[in-house]
Amino acid sequence: MSAATERMPRLLALVPYLLARPGIRIDQAAQDFDVTPKQLRKDLELLWLCGLPGYGPGDLIDLSFDGDTVSVTFDAGMRRPLRLTGGEASALVIALKALAETPGVVDTDAVGRAIAKIEVAAGAAEPAGVVVGSGVREHEATTRTREVLREALLHGRAIRMRYYAASNDRMTERTVDPMRLLIVQAHSYLEAWCRRAEDVRLFRLDRIDELHVLDEPAAPPPHARHADISDGVFSAHESYPEADLVLEPDARWVAEYYPCEELAELEGGRLRVRMRYGDESWMVRLVLGLGGRATVERPGELAVAVRRRAEAGLARARHLSIIGPQ
Amino acid sequence: MGEVSTARAERLVNLVLALLSTRQYLPAERIRGIVPGYGDAASTEAFFRMFERDKAELRELGIPLETGSNSAFDPEGYRIARRDYELGDIDLAPDEATAVALAARLWDSPDLTGQARGALVKLRAAGVEVDDQAHAMVEPRVHTEPAFAPLLAAVQRGEAVRFDYRRSDSPERRTRTLEPWGVVSWRGRWYVVGHDRDRDAPRCFRLSRISSEVAATGDRAAVRRPDDVNLLDFVAGTSVSDDGASATTARLWLAEGRAAGIRRHARVLDRRSIDGEDGEVVEIELQHPEGAADWIAGHGPDAVVLAPDVLAKAVLDRLERVAAHEEGMR
Repeated sequence: MSAATERMPRLLALVPYLLARPGIRIDQAAQDFDVTPKQLRKDLELLWLCGLPGYGPGDLIDLSFDGDTVSVTFDAGMRRPLRLTGGEASALVIALKALAETPGVVDTDAVGRAIAKIEVAAGAAEPAGVVVGSGVREHEATTRTREVLREALLHGRAIRMRYYAASNDRMTERTVDPMRLLIVQAHSYLEAWCRRAEDVRLFRLDRIDELHVLDEPAAPPPHARHADISDGVFSAHESYPEADLVLEPDARWVAEYYPCEELAELEGGRLRVRMRYGDESWMVRLVLGLGGRATVERPGELAVAVRRRAEAGLARARHLSIIGPQ
Repeated sequence: MGEVSTARAERLVNLVLALLSTRQYLPAERIRGIVPGYGDAASTEAFFRMFERDKAELRELGIPLETGSNSAFDPEGYRIARRDYELGDIDLAPDEATAVALAARLWDSPDLTGQARGALVKLRAAGVEVDDQAHAMVEPRVHTEPAFAPLLAAVQRGEAVRFDYRRSDSPERRTRTLEPWGVVSWRGRWYVVGHDRDRDAPRCFRLSRISSEVAATGDRAAVRRPDDVNLLDFVAGTSVSDDGASATTARLWLAEGRAAGIRRHARVLDRRSIDGEDGEVVEIELQHPEGAADWIAGHGPDAVVLAPDVLAKAVLDRLERVAAHEEGMR
């Protein structure tokens, strides 16, 4: 795109925008168009020189400036913005459909009305070909959790909760300072400053079992930063240990689901991957659960831990079969 | 912004205004005569080069440039029909505008974010007040794959596409030719559904497994989406179903203070010790027994299945395979 075309959408939208808002402040208009007031003044100066064939005083776009405000006195026929392109209508409508499928963000009724209006206005560019379904049926308990968290966020309150930590398969009691609610890959998360971990953490809403809004303000420290979710919610810290696993063909999904480095394709459709893990017990559960469809090559201690747990599990089940189930 | 591009932007705005204000088709030579800026062209050839580039720019902006002649004796000319150019009337209530503002910042792809912002600029120019600085308590994100935009464009053009695809259970990459019917988001992941020419059957492909560029075939005639196909159901039926049809109630023994992930979904029935280890007998509803066997096996000696037998067997199979595997590694 050339420098001129980058500017064109704004130039074509400015006159109708100003027509709809007589006497608007120039800095307000600049903010709406996401440019500096200086750039917006340059745009207005350019438009002032444009107009209808003849290009006499009565043919040119006319603007009146009053202090820091501006109004259109002659629009030269540019009364409405250009219709939406197919790409613009799609980008907006698909995102709206995703919003409608995302629980607890906005009133889904309002989203539906907005979609209908934009589709009508887009006319010929009516977007099609995209369907959005969350596919995740939410438990009532999670919906209630979200409502309580919204209240806590609205009033800026800290909360105490009983939270299931999947990394080490334990229930934990935590006091946290809520920062925001996030929805990543169809799951809802609370981003909060965890006073126990002294760090920002993401908490999955369906793993919060009890929740109390406290009578004290949420006060994340000034250095608390939003979590980086650009690559999903699993954050593999560099200090975490690494494991090399060989995945059988029907366990290759692991490489798609968790962040890992693909080391080599092996014969028979197997895949060697390198994965970081924060907690050994988590990794042991993953490998055990894969039931032989994944093998630990490295580190040796992890392979030993997996084998011991498998053998202990077998021994306990056999013991049970000797005494018989009750 | 250099002077050249400022002059060009001015010429383009004047061209749009001139073509919007005429009912007659304006021939290129006439445009050269009336629209300021074209007079600077040193030669007829230079003018036509300039004019061709300008027409391409207008079309890229989505401006409907019409071509035709006023009569059989006139040369071909250009005009812009106002009804095709102008955005229709739109009036959004405050809650609708809030939804639109939030939607516009949902994308994680710069390209789609740019498109959505372009739409916001036009809606604002139509008089809609959209506050996109508004603080949202919830920040959803729509994650996209590189294949998303080209596939969506192909669906909208009705054009067959070609791409390399890797199934999740195999390293083999195969080139597939697809007549795409639609792009579907399901459980936060993107799929494309269509008629697979190589299989001669409807198929669904996950976008994250497309390992090449999506190539347009240029073949636009063939794509016909059947009326009776529900794209979402198609994808949902291909992935794991969530209907709970095979749901089952299981009885488990859990070691004292362990297996918290299972325990929080279970109901304690009784206390019992196995092999000197204290624990509890619990009851739990399982939606997907196959997946549940993986989940339970992960807990090793901390979770033992008491009933049903088929689940107990499935868990034991897993543990035996792990023990055998890791035995071979020693």
